[in-house]
Amino acid sequence: MSDASVPIGLPAGRAGSGLVAAGRMARRRLVNRLLWGIAGLMTASVGIPVAWVLAGVVRKGVAGWRWSVLTTTTTSANGGGLANAIVGTTLIVAGVVVIAGGVGVAGGVYLAEFSGARQGSIVRGASEVLAGVPSIVLGYVGYVALVYHFHWGFSLLAAWIVLSVLCVPYIVKTTEVALRNVPTAYRDGSEALGMPTSYALRRVVLRPALPGIATGLIVAVAIALGETAPLLYTASWSDRFPTTQLTHANVPFLTYPVWTFYNLPSASAHRLAAEAALILIVMVVVLIVLSRIVVARTQRHTENSSGR
Amino acid sequence: MRWTTRIAAVLPGLALVAVVVVLAIEALPVIPVNGLHFFTSSTWNPGNSYSPTVVSHGVQMPAGASYGALPLITGTLESSAIAMIIAVPVALGTALVVVDKLPRRLSSAVGMFLEMLAGIPSVVFGLWGALTLGPFLVHHVSPFIASHVPDVPPFRFLKGPVGSGEGLLASGVVLGIMVLPIVAATTRDLLRQVPRGTREGAFALGMTDAEVVRAVDLRWIRSGFVGACILGLGRALGETMAVAMVSGAVLGANPANLYATMTTIAATIVSQLDYALSDATGFALGTLAEAGLLLMVISLGANVIARFLVRRSSTGTALPVGRGI
Repeated sequence: MSDASVPIGLPAGRAGSGLVAAGRMARRRLVNRLLWGIAGLMTASVGIPVAWVLAGVVRKGVAGWRWSVLTTTTTSANGGGLANAIVGTTLIVAGVVVIAGGVGVAGGVYLAEFSGARQGSIVRGASEVLAGVPSIVLGYVGYVALVYHFHWGFSLLAAWIVLSVLCVPYIVKTTEVALRNVPTAYRDGSEALGMPTSYALRRVVLRPALPGIATGLIVAVAIALGETAPLLYTASWSDRFPTTQLTHANVPFLTYPVWTFYNLPSASAHRLAAEAALILIVMVVVLIVLSRIVVARTQRHTENSSGR
Repeated sequence: MRWTTRIAAVLPGLALVAVVVVLAIEALPVIPVNGLHFFTSSTWNPGNSYSPTVVSHGVQMPAGASYGALPLITGTLESSAIAMIIAVPVALGTALVVVDKLPRRLSSAVGMFLEMLAGIPSVVFGLWGALTLGPFLVHHVSPFIASHVPDVPPFRFLKGPVGSGEGLLASGVVLGIMVLPIVAATTRDLLRQVPRGTREGAFALGMTDAEVVRAVDLRWIRSGFVGACILGLGRALGETMAVAMVSGAVLGANPANLYATMTTIAATIVSQLDYALSDATGFALGTLAEAGLLLMVISLGANVIARFLVRRSSTGTALPVGRGI
């Protein structure tokens, strides 16, 4: 510490240096309080955007809320309800959980249990780089490759694949971390009992990692629910209920009305945008509460919950 | 099981290669035509789609088409810079308070706020930015800044007409809010890994806790913290929907001041793709692919640096928050 050096050359008496020390102590205390005060203000300020966004969205959404939004489809004049979009988003999310969940969990298992250091770092690196690809770039590629060159048209399948590519890196990561947190004793124990590796993995090692894997899947659901850019040019939009037809059928989804309708002149379109935003926020809150419950369960099961 | 999981593990890499290949195939024909002009010019002119097409460098394109991405690049960099200026100090302060000062219950509440911010869909941020934040800024904040800042060169950017509320400042603020949870949560996890012994040694020397933060915590997490910031930056650079909704999405001009309408690379791709599909020569589509490649290079560069820095100083298990969605 450079400012800790006392000016030795000064002919300061005992009392004098005590005074200097007392003054410095007071200054250090002041700086300490000041810095933590600022940091405290910063922390409190995190609540401002949360409250502001929530209040804004909830107020606008609740003001015009009609329960029929949940049961009727959008009309061609951008009125009506959002039932088609809710079903569409549910279909999209379900497919993404299956596809991205399957690939991501398997990839995470490979990284945690089977891969060597070299292969592991290559796979991990590719997955992390993929996580950094902007979602609109994925949307563009999905359109050009799947919708256009594969002739799938706007379709559920294209939406599933593009969103799965977006979600897989997160599931890989959370699965790997969850498995690495399983104590080695579990693996040693099952090996000592003579279990084959894959049997031990399924029956012993995977079980304590399940809550962690579930958190990863919840994150994937949240991403699939809230994304817009990759869906605009793969799922497109439709006023009607989606079908289970995989290609050549537009799929409506909940973020579309928020993006498109808020700018339209009609009051019914504005109301639909606000209601869609409200439904999305409610879904996100439910997911966060769900993941909190899962995390709380995980912490009960692991030993290393010490530290700060 | 080893083989099924190995196949699954290869897929992210294949997807990445596929993304780059598709972009490259679309962009390669137009890159020589757009040339260096793409990086220096400010005009974004899709050309006349009714007159006969012309051929340049062996590529068909609409007559008069000319694409310059300079405003998109500066818009992307400027809005992300504003976002970082807002988010980084708040994130650092929050992380320090959460780790050092708050009881477990309160810090978990702050964690929930961060998760909330990370979980709110970007279109919802866009809606809020366009309908609530923009008008608030233009009525209460922008005029105040514009009239109280001294009229000297570096601050001249903050002066002038305050616009409509849609523009650079609103985009920067919304991006800052969206980036905040990523930086804050990563920093929090880094701080939790600072060894207890070193900190207690510093306390035993009689340091105040602010001094311990400076002498031990910050020094310990330094490169990881830079990584966390760049991770947030990568997210801000690539964010699409919210910016498309609050920036004004105006092509063809660099923002003249802090309040002017603007656009970014990502926002341009999403708002121009519809139009590009109507260009029968495919030139507009190729140009958007070139813009996409440029965006990938910028944001992946940032991401790769960030992951390297975060990993080097931590166990590599950072990033509890999702994409920010």
